Amino acid sequence: MNLALSDLTDHGGLFLNGAALTLALTAFAILAGMLLGVLGAAGRRSSLAPVRWVCGAYVELIRNTPFIVQLFFIFFGLPKLGVKLSSVEAAFLALSINLGGYATEIIRAGLDAIGKGSWEAGFSLGLSRWQTFRLVILVPALQKVWPALTSQFIIILLGSSVVSQIAVEDLTYVGSYIQSRNFRAFETTLVVAGLYLCLAIGAQQLFKRIGRRLFAYAEMAR
Amino acid sequence: MIEFTLWDILRNLLLAARWTIVLSLIAFAGGACVGMPLTIARISEHGVVRKCAGAYIAFFQGTPLLVQIFLAFFGLALLGFDVPPLAAAALALTLYTSAFLAEIWRGAIESVPSGQWEGARSLALTRFQQMRFIILPQALRVGIGPTAGFSVQVIKGTALASIIGFVELTKAGTMIVNATFDPFRVYGLLALFYFALCYPLSLGAKAIEKRMAVQGH
Repeated sequence: MNLALSDLTDHGGLFLNGAALTLALTAFAILAGMLLGVLGAAGRRSSLAPVRWVCGAYVELIRNTPFIVQLFFIFFGLPKLGVKLSSVEAAFLALSINLGGYATEIIRAGLDAIGKGSWEAGFSLGLSRWQTFRLVILVPALQKVWPALTSQFIIILLGSSVVSQIAVEDLTYVGSYIQSRNFRAFETTLVVAGLYLCLAIGAQQLFKRIGRRLFAYAEMAR
Repeated sequence: MIEFTLWDILRNLLLAARWTIVLSLIAFAGGACVGMPLTIARISEHGVVRKCAGAYIAFFQGTPLLVQIFLAFFGLALLGFDVPPLAAAALALTLYTSAFLAEIWRGAIESVPSGQWEGARSLALTRFQQMRFIILPQALRVGIGPTAGFSVQVIKGTALASIIGFVELTKAGTMIVNATFDPFRVYGLLALFYFALCYPLSLGAKAIEKRMAVQGH
């Protein structure tokens, strides 16, 4: 067994493009998924039973089916309902919906950890239920579950490799393309794995910084 | 085009579900077998051993499962084996599972207060005895719920074996789609199949976690 990594040196630009698309997809999916997660978590605490029920079903359906099946359903199945998406759009939608399900559950745990006193404090200032949620409760709740959220973000970053299966030209897709040219399947995949590892470690550092920034008020109050 | 009735689709998915279950069982059992020594290495008193185990876990938690499956598939081929997809998928999923189980179990062991270790040592128990009689019984209570919960991740992970051509649920679904041109119905049913496999496990894991938490107080 001898590794021929030198066959890969002239593909640097392709790897870079793939990594960029992987990062872009992940970043947008995180933004959309967090929005879904906050709405979903609020929905699970709604006073309307049907809203609670729908949000609960969403979470369980997402968490108990594989991402690849969700992706295929959205990309291949939805056109039957008249929803035709490009592969990048389908990938973005599937990643967002997937993260939204997990984020709903995580953020809900964060909301549960906030005491009644905070709600009462908001009401006593004359804020509505929604205002109290948005202005008083949400940020401390997110702070409590930030580590869990960030590991879910990393899972989305890594899980996004599956979108290569609907021909989104992400890092994994680029790896498959390169190995179809140089026939160095193992070496190419090893490089792809190394790049994902770097992205994951980098993302983790970034999320830590974002967390410190986002929750800076708590440091000041201390 | 072949005519497929709903029953034909269900029957073929049911047959393929056996392979999803087989692969899940192999991965979970294999992952537990590799995960146990890995956990011990992860909390070893030797820095080098601890670091090696840490690197192993970082690799399998920091790279996509799909890429790991490719690595196993191409890597085994590079070593000169003619690899059946089942073997490559089982190897990758086993190593992947072991890394996550080791982290869960390390967390469970570290959740036991250090006073318990000190108490055990003051009774002149060896490190093995401390682990066996004092720490593990307490750690088990913390670890068993998340361990059961991880089985759901394993089942969902086996869906990626379809990509290297192993005919389990997802691959069977794709093949049926190619014959019926009805992805909406087939992938919908496929999702329900996975849900039927995973949801009971999720509920069970949650129930165990709840029960253990109550006992702990």
